[in-house]
Amino acid sequence: MRKVAVIGAGMTKFVRRALETPKELAWEAAKMALESCELTMKDIDAVCFGTAPDAFDGVHMNGEYVSDGAGAWRKPFMRAFVGGGTGVFSSIQGWYHVASGMFDVVLVVAEEKMSSFYPHAQAAFLTIFDNFTERPLKPNLLWIFALEMNRYMTTYGLKKEDIARVAVQHKRNAADHPCAMLGEPNITVEDVLNSEVLAWPVQRLDVSPISDGAVAIVMAAEHVAKRLTDKPVWIEGVGWNLDTAYWTNRDLVYPRYVEYAARMAYEMAGIKEPRKEIHIAEPYDPFDYKVLHHLEGLQLADRGKAIELYLDGTAARDGNLPVCPSGGLLGVGNPIAAAGLMKIAELFWQLRGEAGARQVPGNPRRGVAQAWGDLMQIGTVVVMGR
Amino acid sequence: MTSRFKSFPGTSLSEEDFAQGEVLFVHDALKAEYARDTGVGIGAYLAGLRRGVILGSYCSHCRKTVVPPRVVCEWCFRPMSEYVPLRDTGVVNTFSLCYVTWDVQRISQPEIPAVIVLDGASTLSETSVVMGGILHKLSEVDPKAVRIGMRVRAVWKPPEERQGAITDILYFKPIEE
Ligand SMILES: [Zn+2]
Repeated sequence: MRKVAVIGAGMTKFVRRALETPKELAWEAAKMALESCELTMKDIDAVCFGTAPDAFDGVHMNGEYVSDGAGAWRKPFMRAFVGGGTGVFSSIQGWYHVASGMFDVVLVVAEEKMSSFYPHAQAAFLTIFDNFTERPLKPNLLWIFALEMNRYMTTYGLKKEDIARVAVQHKRNAADHPCAMLGEPNITVEDVLNSEVLAWPVQRLDVSPISDGAVAIVMAAEHVAKRLTDKPVWIEGVGWNLDTAYWTNRDLVYPRYVEYAARMAYEMAGIKEPRKEIHIAEPYDPFDYKVLHHLEGLQLADRGKAIELYLDGTAARDGNLPVCPSGGLLGVGNPIAAAGLMKIAELFWQLRGEAGARQVPGNPRRGVAQAWGDLMQIGTVVVMGR
Repeated sequence: MTSRFKSFPGTSLSEEDFAQGEVLFVHDALKAEYARDTGVGIGAYLAGLRRGVILGSYCSHCRKTVVPPRVVCEWCFRPMSEYVPLRDTGVVNTFSLCYVTWDVQRISQPEIPAVIVLDGASTLSETSVVMGGILHKLSEVDPKAVRIGMRVRAVWKPPEERQGAITDILYFKPIEE
């Protein structure tokens, strides 16, 4: 397998409702990613594209529909879709396009426009549930998160006011992100605990927002990357894994699929002690408790103990293991596929020392990004280093 | 590069932009209807519910009983051809008190979705697997009194009203002990 680097990245603002169409958002992010490494579409050998369920757009085969905005015209083009895991997976897809030797330079674009679904994007999720055993109960996407959060916090005796610190820290981090939708430098734990109860234990500010946005990166083989930049950020390991399709047969207390994906990525990266060898983590954070869940699956905390990273400052931007220095989905926003690729872009900027006000101190050398999705069952993990 | 870029694309719209007619939009409604065959495994499950019985499926190779029943064992990829009746009692594995409906309407009395682990399915220690877990709702209970670990029993529709659907079980309620 060939070495693969990320050499450029771009993103749109993440907003509640964008004027731009999905194609237009995809193009804006792609254009910025190309400009960032001074390439044009002539230099791109293939395009990988990620977007979540067609139901948001109401366009069947949405990948093909959006393809011109993503720069796919007359190029090898492929859309990947693994639910919320799509954004991180799209970079894995870009990686194997290049690592295999098939292509030297690949553009990876992830886009999501959730606001079109009327009146609320939440209802688009109804069709992810089993149509015989679950959908007649009129389930709501919040159910599965609330059920998982309750199982997780009750098993380990965690307090809501502690878990709320995750949301607070991410939204504060996002105040330094120029594309963020919910950056709030002064938000407090009380604000989270006083927000509307949607599906106990899940409250309004425990949840990331419905958003529109797009992110793009450029990936290149070693010989090209070294010619184009003196600061390539290498993809050191990738992993993905799917758990049972029967989500009620899974003990929601622990994301085993994330563990398997992480072990695959760490083995490829030669990482034996992730807690020492990983300097920045961008775990998937659509809900505050999910960060804790994922940190445990990523082997960055013992089971039931991830909250301690927040309580003792380890997870802070200037802590020993900064978690979501970008502000994450809770702070920057959650245009699903784009949000996952945003985490890859964040590691790219952080490891190059180009993250501006968000920069993690101490010249971090290695980071891990992770996303999760489908019916709460897939883990997608990427380790990046310089 | 973010530190080098000074402005980012993407134009945020507000409610006001719509109220003032500054943004054009097109309303669209998709209509898609389906008549789905329930298949072999779930077909047997739903037929069982119509008779007032919850069926699981058994793998004679792994000696595991799971619910909902299925034709293939996820563990060994061999057929799960035997259906076995479970009990209509179980334990609340987790629950939520939900104040919004699937289409985000607010409700004052919460719905109580729960994962219920049915008695009679396999249990395994040392794994993250709950073979008897199904999704349903709780009722006839004070929401404040619901606890993980609570024992519950199915409340069925009268036999003549059952249709062979998961809703033939109206809900689960606590077992008085
Ligand atoms: Zn088996």
